[in-house]
This record gives sequence, structure tokens and C-alpha cells, in this order.
Amino acid sequence: MKAMTLPPFLRHVPWAMLVPLTALVLFGGAVLHSAAGGSMSPYAWSHLIRFAVFLVMAFAISLAPRELVLKGAYPAYGLILLLLVLVEIVGKVGGGSQRWLDLGFIRLQPSELMKPTIVLALAYFYGLLPPGMVGSWRALAGPAVLIGLPVGLVLLQPDLGTGLAITFGGIVVLFLAGLPLWWFLGGAAAAVVAAPLAYFFALHDYQRNRVLTFLDPESDPLGTGYHITQSKIAIGSGGVFGKGFGNGTQSHLDYLPEPHTDFVFATMAEEWGLVGGIFTLLVFGIILAWGRNVSRAAPDRFSRLLAGGMTATIFFYVAINLMMVMGLAPVVGIPLPFMSHGGTSMMTNLICLGTLMMVDRWTRKGSSQGI
Amino acid sequence: MAIDKSPNANALKQTFDRRMFVLGAVQGGVGLLLAARMGYIAVGENEKYQMEAESNRVNLTLIPPRRGWILDRHGSPLASNRADFRVDIIPDRLDDADREITLLASLLRLDDVAVADLRQRVDEAQGFQAVQVAAGVSLDDYAAVSLRAPELPGVVPQRGYSRYYPTGPAVGHLIGYVGAASREEYEVEPVPLLVTPGFKLGKDGLEKQFEQVLRGQPGARRAEVTARGRVVRDLETREDVQGNSLRLTIDGPLQDYAARRLGLESGSVVVMDCQSGDLLCMSSMPSFDPNSFSEGIGRVEYQMLSQDERVPLRNKVLGGLYPPGSTLKPMAGMALLEAGVDPQETVVCGGGYRLGNRVFRCLGRHGPMTLHTAIAKSCNTYFYSMAHKHGYEIIADMARTLGLGEKYDLPVASQSYGTVPDAAWKLRRFEQEWTNSDSLNSVIGQGYVLANPLQLAVMASCIASGKRIRPRLVLGQGPEPGTFGYDPAHFEIVRQGMWEVVNGAGTAVRSKLPFDDITMGGKTGTAQVRGLSSGARGGAGVPWKYRDHGLFVFFAPVDRPRYAGAVVIEHGVGGSRSAAPVAKDVLTYLFDPQKGMDALHALEASWGGTAQERLASTYAAYASAAAGVRVAPETAMPVTGLRRVDAESRLPASPAEGAEPTEGADRSGGAA
Repeated sequence: MKAMTLPPFLRHVPWAMLVPLTALVLFGGAVLHSAAGGSMSPYAWSHLIRFAVFLVMAFAISLAPRELVLKGAYPAYGLILLLLVLVEIVGKVGGGSQRWLDLGFIRLQPSELMKPTIVLALAYFYGLLPPGMVGSWRALAGPAVLIGLPVGLVLLQPDLGTGLAITFGGIVVLFLAGLPLWWFLGGAAAAVVAAPLAYFFALHDYQRNRVLTFLDPESDPLGTGYHITQSKIAIGSGGVFGKGFGNGTQSHLDYLPEPHTDFVFATMAEEWGLVGGIFTLLVFGIILAWGRNVSRAAPDRFSRLLAGGMTATIFFYVAINLMMVMGLAPVVGIPLPFMSHGGTSMMTNLICLGTLMMVDRWTRKGSSQGI
Repeated sequence: MAIDKSPNANALKQTFDRRMFVLGAVQGGVGLLLAARMGYIAVGENEKYQMEAESNRVNLTLIPPRRGWILDRHGSPLASNRADFRVDIIPDRLDDADREITLLASLLRLDDVAVADLRQRVDEAQGFQAVQVAAGVSLDDYAAVSLRAPELPGVVPQRGYSRYYPTGPAVGHLIGYVGAASREEYEVEPVPLLVTPGFKLGKDGLEKQFEQVLRGQPGARRAEVTARGRVVRDLETREDVQGNSLRLTIDGPLQDYAARRLGLESGSVVVMDCQSGDLLCMSSMPSFDPNSFSEGIGRVEYQMLSQDERVPLRNKVLGGLYPPGSTLKPMAGMALLEAGVDPQETVVCGGGYRLGNRVFRCLGRHGPMTLHTAIAKSCNTYFYSMAHKHGYEIIADMARTLGLGEKYDLPVASQSYGTVPDAAWKLRRFEQEWTNSDSLNSVIGQGYVLANPLQLAVMASCIASGKRIRPRLVLGQGPEPGTFGYDPAHFEIVRQGMWEVVNGAGTAVRSKLPFDDITMGGKTGTAQVRGLSSGARGGAGVPWKYRDHGLFVFFAPVDRPRYAGAVVIEHGVGGSRSAAPVAKDVLTYLFDPQKGMDALHALEASWGGTAQERLASTYAAYASAAAGVRVAPETAMPVTGLRRVDAESRLPASPAEGAEPTEGADRSGGAA
């Protein structure tokens, strides 16, 4: 009965996800406060303000009608692809590589927007694909082009991390769309064969170094292995309960690189210990589980794939970042959602969450209609 | 298409649910993996990483210990420490050596020589070894460098102490100098202290011999530092323990006086307390300024010193070997007396002595000579005749008993102890029989005989006191005077001969002491640099390096001997001309500082300043010629309260007068 008193647009707010999320963002703010040497500026305030702004945006997205989304899927994909090409051209003309377009009021990074957009486009594609054709070559050819174009453009920038994220999001949609399992196994096998080739012929020197360092961080403790080593020292020295808020030495004395962006988790773990780490993992677990539930409950194929893909995209961010700071993955510049300082990451992740909320709304509307 | 109805669509929905479940399991699995990994790092390896975080955070720096002082016999410092600010470079940690040195040069206003020098030293340095940029930096400059520290990785500004030798060159050879450890020294003693910037160890002389005594215990400073090495705060500091001081038998003001009195000559002065063996002064000039070495000597300055034909880098007291010439005659006289020669026995000198078909020349035609007059006139004929008659063995034995040819038990790095030749020695060395001409050459201190100035001083001390005297350098340590089985009256006869040399009809009457009640006894010597047989003389008319050495041994007062010593002036033409006047002034200073200083000041006015001042101006001239750069005239050492070991400190006007016993007491004691 109480829910009835809420204004209509708040009635279906998924509090079970939103409350832990807000707690995580506030926690992130506290960590950023410490990373700035005990000050709300320059990181913590802007972190919180961005969250507020993009959360409003997420609510706005969640109100979008299904027909509009369906109609807009391909045009949106086309637009972002165009922007990617534009970035490439501007970069060439400017005489150097760049990843963003300066629109005056915001530095737009189209490759980031591509992460949710690829999921949208692929979900739309499979939503239209007749179920009988799922095992045919057509089920793969179109999506391969849809994925290949943006990934190719992003790799040209070059931005391996984002390229991988887009690929991962796309493949997860393909997987959920029910494509034959052996295609994936075959693809995985091909990747295993191709990886060494890519390592020697496609990667840049700095990327190759990062892979080498990941395999043996102690080989170069003052060079490229420095990041991983210092991050592990920060996490390891925190222990179970951490050194206490504001007492982290690794971050405050500049031993930890990027303590407010890519390595924010290490900054947190040094001061809050294993307890803080488990809390962070739990909140991400709640958000992702909520996303999966939304996906499973979705009324149709398009919405299911859309929700599943968005959840996977968030998961990819979290998993790669945490594996990186704990020395389980090479250093790729991927921030931790909702904790790292950075507007683009916040925006992308809240677009994903907004889309999930949108699907959630569709589901409720459908079921209430159905009753 | 709100709900899929076809069986195919239903199958897809089932596939979707299955695969969603798989994805969920993968996500959950990754989550568990991450939690486990974090638990392992944070709990399992917590101790290891805590230590690593701690070793990141805390930087332990050793504080070089303050070095123990080296004191003279009155307790005044010959070597002390001065607090200063210094700047070092650790070549390994330099980022961009070129840029940083240029920046340092502008901050510290280094001149071109210094910069060129610094670049060379940084290039040559072993990575671990700190290279000194500047010591004695002003507080403002120190602050300026500290402020720019982030731009200057590998540059270490710090507070420290530098070694300070108030009388500079006067103690250079005796005390040595200190410097940063070399690679070899570090390999011998691989302790971290040796490579700590600012730490200096003894490189030469007493500084090296007593390194472990003087060194002390290093302190330690723990500081919290950032990754870039900026100190955030000091955690705790353990103070260093200063090294023990070392008290010498040396009389500081006398050491300074003697060194300065040598003036433009190349030579040495040794003065001993002839009753105890305490070395009161061991001056060797020209010398280097150990202060420059301690601050890291410049290339140009070192080049100047090593190229000088007067070898300022050699300690002439211990390392210089000279034919002692006629200074051996009193000793030879003593040997003859002990062998039973009647002191009144005469030998007629007709200008030489014929041995077979060869004539050994005397420097004059002295007529009938007794032992007394033969010493006074330095008559060779008398000693030729006596040596021929009584054999050289007795003289060689006496020479050895009185300390010639002996390596003394002294804390010094090296001694050249020369030769007292005899038949056995010659057979061993040349596989030849001893001949009578060898005896004749040896008895007048030529031929194979070689001695260093310290040995001559010991010989003079033995004759002066009649005791078996051996030198002592550390106060309260070393051999006690022994006794001889010789007749004291024989010593007295020899001493009377030496009195005659200076005060009667002798070779050094111009060097009589300017006192009524104190007289000096002595013996001159002239040592040929070129072989006697060549016929070429070594007088004032030939180039400096072919001139004869001038030697003089002495003691005073004659009636109650207290001081004895030796002066050697390299290429000084003759003992009476160059060496005896120095002995005269040194003794005058001992008995009456004012009179001694008056003489010295007059001389220094004509030479162009004190030894320290002359060294500085020579260097400036040399540097402008060699390196083509102008060296700003160095300001004199700051006058501090510690400056009590220079010659002037003994004057009545000296501010330190009341602080130490004056030699006035010695004078009344000695003259009584």
C-alpha cells in the first residue's frame, strides 16, 4: 500500500539494485576523498555529481518506449560508427591518434558509447531473425560485420581494452541468442591459435610489454611491472581490516600509480582491507544478479538479449579491472565501474543500468497488462 | 510479438535460460576467484606485503659519524670538523646528467673549471660512489638546491661535517687527508657506511693509520618518503657517535712554524724532545693543503701538485732518502772514542788523504786536527785516516745503534729507512768485497749511505741526551728511552765539537742562536747529488735539481739538551748555507716565540705570504695557464676559536694565549 503513494515514475524503481549501488558510489567517493590526500576535490565531488547527473539520465532512458528503441537501434549504431570514423579522420588530420571528439561542452568518446550500442544493435538483429535461421550462416555474417567494423576502428586508435570490451559484449549476445555451441568452441580454439600471432604481429610494443610483465611482474619491478607490484603491495598490506580511512601509504606517498582511476580498488583495499573488498564484490554481485534476473524475466527475445548483453558489459568492466589490480590480468586501461574517477565510465555504466531499468519497466508493464 | 509462441522460439528461450545460467555461473565463479585471490594476497601474504609497503615508505639513511679530532700535545686540534652544507651526486640515480649539472652549476654558481671537473668525475665514477659537487655550501645555496630537489633526481643536498685542518699544508704530510671511499676500499670493507654520501675516510698519513679509532659510529635517520624520494617527515633519528680523538706528541704551533720557515725551499724539519723521543714537529714542504683534498680536490689542482718537481705529494721526512754527508761525523767521532781513540790525537790535513794511488779530497787544508776540531771544521781527512786505521765496522755499528738504517715502530704508512752499508751488506747486495775506499766514502756519509731526516734527528737526539732514543708520535705511547753502555764523557766530547760548529770556529757560526744563555750544537752536511767522481760540483751555479742537498743536525741547549732534530733542504747547496739557518729560527721560536715570529714574518714578506697563501696563488696562476680559466682568489680559512695551532697562536697578542701552556715556561726550564 505504501508503494501506491509514490509518484508513478518512482513506483517501479528497482530499489534492491539502486540502494547497494548508491552505497557503492558513496564508498567510492570516500576512497577518492582519501586518494586526493583527504580532500573532496578534485575527485570525490565530481564523482558524486556525475553519478547524480547520469543517474537522472538513466531514469530518462528507462522511460523510453519499446517501439522507439527498436526503431532507433540501427540508426544509433550507424551514428556511433560514423563518430568513430570521424575520430579517426580528426586524429589523422590532427597528426596523432586520439580517442575523443571535442564537442565544446563534453569530450565525447564514441568507442565508449559503442559498448552498449553494439549490444542494442545485435539484440535488435536477433530479435528480427527468424528462429529457424539461428543455425545458419546468416545468423553469424551480419553480426560479424556489426562487431567487426567498430572493433576495427577502435583498434586503429589504438585502444585494445575497449576493443576487447566491445567484442566481449557482442559475443555474449551471440551466445545468448542460441548460436550453435561448437561455433564458440571453434572460435575459442581459433583464438588460442591466433593469440601468439597477434602478440607478435598486431600488438604495439607497449602492449606486448604489458603482457610480458603480466606473465612475470617481478622481471622488471621498476619498469612496467611496477604497477602490478605496487598494486599487490597495497592490497596485501591492507590485511583483513585495512590500515584505516586516510592511512594508506601506498596511495598517499605516490607508490601506487593511478590511485584514483584504474587502481582505485587497490587504494580502497589498502585502507579498508579484505572487508572493503568483499563489500565491493558483493555490491557488484547484487547488481549483476539483478541484471540477469531482469534479462531472464524479459518478455521477448530482443529485450532478453538486450538486458543480458548490458549485464555482461558491466561484468566485463568489473572482472577485467579487478583481475588487473590483483595481478591476474595484464594492465589494460579499464576503470572500475562506479568507483573509479572518470565521467565516461560513469556514463557508459549508467547507460547500461538505464537500459536494464527500461527492460525491467517493459516487463512489469507487460505482465500487468497480461493480468 | 509480445510472447513467442512457436516451438522454435520456445527452444531458443530454453537455450537462452540455460546459457544465462552458464553466464551467471561464470560471473559467480569469477567473483569467487577474485574474493579468494584477494583473501590470499591480503591475508596469506599480508606479512610479506606489509613489509614491502613499509620498506617502500621508510627510507633509512646513514648519518656519517663525526670524525675524532687529531690533537697536538697541548690538546689543540690539528684536525677538527666543521659543520657545513654539502651537495653530492649519485651518478646512478641521475636522470639527465647534462641538464642536472647545468642546473646545479647555476644554482651553486660553479665556475667553468669546477663544472668541467664535475662532469669528468661523474663520467668516471662508479655508479655507487657519491660524487661531491660542493662542500661548504652556504645556507641559501643549500636551500636553493633542496627546493629544486624534484627536478634533480640523484642530487643529494645535506648537512654534514667536513674535515678542517687549521694549518693546512703544514700538517698535510703528517696527518694526511680524508676522502670518499674508492671502489677498492669498498671491496676491502663492504659496509654501507662507506658509500654513504658525505662519509670520508682517511686516505693518507695518520688519518689512514688511525681510521678505525677516528671513525666513530654512524647515526641513522628514518624518514617517510614518497615514490619520488621526497621526504614527508622524519620518523626517528639515532645520533652518531663521534670517533675517538687522537693526541699526538706533535707541537702544533712548532709544526706550523717549521713548515712555514722552510719557505720556498723543498725540505723537511724534524724536532724531537731528545729526553723522551717525542716528535715535536715533522714538517715537510712543499706540501698540499689537506683541506682541498677533504673537499674533493679539483683535477687541475691535483695535476699541479703531481707535476711539481719538488714533489709536494711526498712526505720527505719519512720518504726522502739522502746521503747524510758530514752530519754523520759526530756519530763517527763517538764510534772512534768508544774504540779507544784519544780525542787529543791529531791528524794533519793537507787537503786530502792518499789511499793507494787515489787521493780522497778534503774541502780545505785544515792542518793538524783533533776530534774536536775535525767535527767543528768538518775535516774529511781526519775521518778518512781514522776509518782507514780503525776499520769501518765500528762506525757502522755505532750508526745502527744510534738509529740509522732502522725502520721505527711508528704508526705511519711507509718509511724509507735507507742503508748503513758494511761488508756483509755489500756482499749481499752487489756480491763484491768491501774495500777501503768504501770505508772512506761511508765515513763521510757518501757512497752507499742513505738516511731519512727522521733518522738523522734520532741520531742527533741520542747524541744530545746520551740515551737510546726512538721516536714517538702518539702521546703516551711508544718506546721508553733506553740507556747505552757508552761512556757519557765521550758524548760530552762529541757535543762540545758540535758546540764549536755553531758557536766557535766552525762551519755554522752564522746560525748561532740569538740568546746569551742558550746555545745550539749542530753539524752541517752537504750531500752530493751527482757522483763525486764525475768531478762536477753541485753549487749554486748549476740547475736546481743538480745542486747538492743541504743538511743540518742539531740540539739545544748545549749545556742541558732538551731538543734535537734535523733539517734537510733538497738541493740547498750546503748545510751551513740553507739548513742551519732554518734550525736556528725553529729553535729561536721554541725558546722565544716573539723573536722567531719576527724572523719568519720578515722572510714571508719577501716570499709573498704564508705557505697557505702562496699555495693558493700558485694554484690560481697554474689554473689560468693550464685550464685557461680564472680562479677567484680563495678567501682565507675562516678564523675560528679552534685556530690555536698556527705559529702565531704562541705570541702574547694571540687570543688563545691563556688557554695553553706557553713555551716561556719551557724556555726558563731549558735555560736554567
